[in-house]
Amino acid sequence: MSRVPAARVAPAPSAVTPLRRRGFIRTYLTPKQAIPGRARLILAIGSFVFVIGVWWVLAVLVQNPLFVPSPYQVVLTWWDMMVNLGFYNDVGWSTFRIVAGFLLAAAAAVPLGLLMGSFEAVRSFFNPPINAIRYMPASAFIPLLILLQGLGEDEKITIIWIGVFFQLVLMVMDIAHRVPDEMLNVAYTLGASRWTVFYKVFLPATFPEVVDALRITMGWAWTYLIVAELVAAEHGIGSFILIAERYLRADRIIAAIITIGILGLITDTLFAIAHRLAFPYVEKVRA
Amino acid sequence: MSEIEITDVAMRFRSRHGEVTALERISLTVPDGQFACIVGPSGCGKSTLLMVAAGLITPTEGEVLVNGKPNFEPGADRGMVFQSYSLYPWLSVRRNIEFGPEIKKVPAADRRKTSDELIHLMKLDGFADAYPKVLSGGMKQRAAIARALAGDPEVLLMDEPFGALDAQTRQIMQELLTDIWQRYRKTVLFVTHDIEEAIFLGDVIYVMTSRPGRIRTTLAVDIPRPRTFDTLTGPRFAELRNQVVGVIHEESLKAVESELARA
Ligand SMILES: Nc1ncnc2c1ncn2[C@@H]1O[C@H](COP(=O)(O)OP(=O)(O)OP(=O)(O)O)[C@@H](O)[C@H]1O
Ligand SMILES: [Mg+2]
Repeated sequence: MSRVPAARVAPAPSAVTPLRRRGFIRTYLTPKQAIPGRARLILAIGSFVFVIGVWWVLAVLVQNPLFVPSPYQVVLTWWDMMVNLGFYNDVGWSTFRIVAGFLLAAAAAVPLGLLMGSFEAVRSFFNPPINAIRYMPASAFIPLLILLQGLGEDEKITIIWIGVFFQLVLMVMDIAHRVPDEMLNVAYTLGASRWTVFYKVFLPATFPEVVDALRITMGWAWTYLIVAELVAAEHGIGSFILIAERYLRADRIIAAIITIGILGLITDTLFAIAHRLAFPYVEKVRA
Repeated sequence: MSEIEITDVAMRFRSRHGEVTALERISLTVPDGQFACIVGPSGCGKSTLLMVAAGLITPTEGEVLVNGKPNFEPGADRGMVFQSYSLYPWLSVRRNIEFGPEIKKVPAADRRKTSDELIHLMKLDGFADAYPKVLSGGMKQRAAIARALAGDPEVLLMDEPFGALDAQTRQIMQELLTDIWQRYRKTVLFVTHDIEEAIFLGDVIYVMTSRPGRIRTTLAVDIPRPRTFDTLTGPRFAELRNQVVGVIHEESLKAVESELARA
């Protein structure tokens, strides 16, 4: 879609970076005021440097690489894990489980949530049980699922499915429910049938927020997976962590945890980019 | 011929505090090509009446006739414009305007002709391919009106379309709307709480009572057309305004008093 030059009119006020110097206090200590782009970058990098710095200082002070390895040591360990311990294999298994569990959960939760948000009959039927199950922690199901399904992949995937589905379905329902009536009503008065209103107005109206919801629940999926793998698994990042603990290898545990963080960051960034590409018309982009 | 007739419409809602009567036996007819305005105090049921007219809600009693035929379903014969614009954010201005024709499976070339014409008339040139998010409030509402006109309705229903705009933009929009109306001669039912707007735009003004909504007075606006900015300063305009202001003020007082009595 081509953009006209006028598309560059002012966005939401808080996103505007003032071009004129206004003094430190006015620039940085006014609530909801944008700060210069360079300052934003410096702060972002600074936070990483700070965290790693504190960690390093701590490692030097404690002087016990068994419990508090230095960042440098962890990097070396990570490399060693990849080259000599086949850690990439565990990463692969975990990623596979996440993707499979998440896709299966989304494939069920998104359609059902949309239906629940648009039809009161569907909502009245499904809402009570889903709402109740949502408060049962997914990790509490692990022993039961091990009894029912054993220790295979299906057990891990089911845990993720339980953890994601019940949250996601309610989020999607809420999104669908918030589509303004007037958007639908306008379509009716332009001659649209119920079905046309559903797929030409209602569905597209929900898409951007549904992708937001997927992005949020994806983060939770990692938590459930690692818990499942910690309890019992042959491969996977969680089981790798468990073995490292038996051998008192704090450095390996830390390296594994950081790997999860990086994987999470990558998926999150991918979601954010996909969102921006797919929905260029959305007014406010969430950070 | 496109005429809308509302006969003995009553609308009651059930709420927690019992039944609320929003409308009580309303009858009015907007003949072909007439611009009818409805004014009334806040909460008197203007929006409800328009929703009933559009077929979006079914009245408890009475019926709505379009060209003499009762019609309880919404359709392209009654186009609607809301205060909140309600443009589809995922469609460009042009695709928004072509939404109605697209549903009716109008060939692409004809659709394009319609949208080109309306984009020009509504002074949206250069914004055809822009998303609604970059438009100002006035432009959004012009696009929404263009979308309703592109659907080629028999009757155009407008619910406080300029209510969210500032006074200057509103004035410009009113002038634009009279021009457009002169050109297309649609039958229009226009709800507003702005008395001057009603006089400036309307052939006839229905003044509603506070809840339950009934039609209290009907006034013919005998100011000749085309009306321009100068119309606003004419003596007849002032006379009519004073007349309507008096009635509305009485009704608004009643509304406040009945609210106090209930509290
Ligand atoms: N779905 C509903 N359920 C219950 N009461 C309703 C419903 N819709 C409208 N009402 C009531 O009907 C009355 C008329 O509402 P309506 O929105 O039509 O008024 P209005 O004249 O358009 O007001 P405003 O000038 O504020 O737009 C109000 O008292 C409102 O509370
Ligand atoms: Mg209203």
